[in-house]
Amino acid sequence: MSPFLDVLSQYDVLGAFWVNIQLTFWGALVALGIGTVLAIMRISPLLSLQWAGKAYVNIIRNTPLTVIMTFLVLAIWTQLSITLSRDFTTNFFLFAVIGLGVYHAAFVCEAIRSGVNTVPVGQAEAARAIGLPFLAAARIIVLPQAFRGAIAPLGNTLIALLKNSTVAAAASVSTETSSVMKTMIEFHADYRWQVFLTFAIGFVILVIPIGLATTWLSSRLAVRR
Amino acid sequence: MSASVLFDAPGPRGRRAMAIGNLVGAVVVLGLLAWVLVVLSGKGQLAAGLWRTATDPRAWEFYYLPGLQNTLRAAAFATVGAVVFGVLFGVGRLSALRPVRWVCSIIVEFLRAVPVLLMMVFLNALFGIGLKAVISDSAFTAVVVALVLYNGSVIAELVRAGVGNLPRGQAEAGLSLGLTRGQTLRSVQLPQALIAMLPAVISQLVVVLKDSALGQLIGYKELLRSAQILASGGGNPLQALFVIAVLFILLNVVLSFVAGRLARRLSSRTSAKPQAGQGVGPGIVVTRAGAVDEP
Repeated sequence: MSPFLDVLSQYDVLGAFWVNIQLTFWGALVALGIGTVLAIMRISPLLSLQWAGKAYVNIIRNTPLTVIMTFLVLAIWTQLSITLSRDFTTNFFLFAVIGLGVYHAAFVCEAIRSGVNTVPVGQAEAARAIGLPFLAAARIIVLPQAFRGAIAPLGNTLIALLKNSTVAAAASVSTETSSVMKTMIEFHADYRWQVFLTFAIGFVILVIPIGLATTWLSSRLAVRR
Repeated sequence: MSASVLFDAPGPRGRRAMAIGNLVGAVVVLGLLAWVLVVLSGKGQLAAGLWRTATDPRAWEFYYLPGLQNTLRAAAFATVGAVVFGVLFGVGRLSALRPVRWVCSIIVEFLRAVPVLLMMVFLNALFGIGLKAVISDSAFTAVVVALVLYNGSVIAELVRAGVGNLPRGQAEAGLSLGLTRGQTLRSVQLPQALIAMLPAVISQLVVVLKDSALGQLIGYKELLRSAQILASGGGNPLQALFVIAVLFILLNVVLSFVAGRLARRLSSRTSAKPQAGQGVGPGIVVTRAGAVDEP
């Protein structure tokens, strides 16, 4: 075991996980922002916005994340020469964050919509009865309850986002876990089982608390009806 | 709650406001699209030559179609494997024997928490180095096995949830006829659960197809990889990626449609509720009482 520990200490494994956690954090912020706007568009009275929201969700949900990541780097960066940062590494990191955010926004939108479905019709009717227009009714009455009902699916999306942050490898982020693991396995083939299990258990350790926390939160914050 | 309750049936003024709003919304959306097109043409990306090389018959013959074939081949093998794996482990998790239940649960939970890409990279190395003599195409095998392990564990959950969603009377009837628990599971509950989960399995195929594109990162020549190779020669990554994105989207939309139709057709064949869902993407999705929600 100790020669394996030597191998392990040559690489910044914790740093790699930290990159994935950062990707997840920023990606989640972007996804939450876009996803909320999309959800409001999809429940709004305006047909054109409903269609635009629906088109976004259907297109993005059916496109592989790997394709989106590759597109960002190969098409947006090399072809259109749009650069997000002068620093090479930061540039790829930002592209990966955008890719993760854009992709998971579609799932966030659907999670919030499923949350809206947990709000009883009477609530919206009451909002209308006291004279609230759409945006006010959505903002004050429906969305706060919808978010509380959407915590479990949002938690699932967050777990998905964490695991998908490894796909940042397709956007040339070479410091995240899957890229580091690949290098380690290539140079230390004898320890491939140990290397894989180290990274796999790392993800198990990260995923389980998120699952437990969102389950706990969703039952605690559920609106009793 | 249906969304339409959020707003009143509009009167004349409301209708006018909505018409204006619709128009503004449409203009904004179309304006964004137009802006994208203007930027693209400003960079010369709308040049006919670039699109011609991306849609040339030879591009289809030598790049897209072989890539598509490889993608579908991996997806087909992975789906069959995942269903077998899923049924085995799903039944394992329902077993009356505690050790069997535990072992199956630990394996399924572990496989669902590990990113598919990590499994692919590892399996590729495992097959490529250790089992070189036995496995000729290590990238293909790695893609298939990784997809089987992840999606199989999702299907195992679907089996469990399918049995859990059956009305309790089904099992009670089986037991009162004198069947053992195992017999009830095999001859009453499982057949109905399998029918109920069929649409969800087809939805899961969308996830399998999408995840097969991860094979690109370990050098499997699937659709995305072929597009990249084509683009590196033609200097047209934007166009080539656009073509394959359309292919992926079309395939997946058709699959989702079939799943939805099948769910409606099958609803009379089982006492559980067949639901198409969206395929349990990358997330872990078991909520109360083992019911499977989809993100």
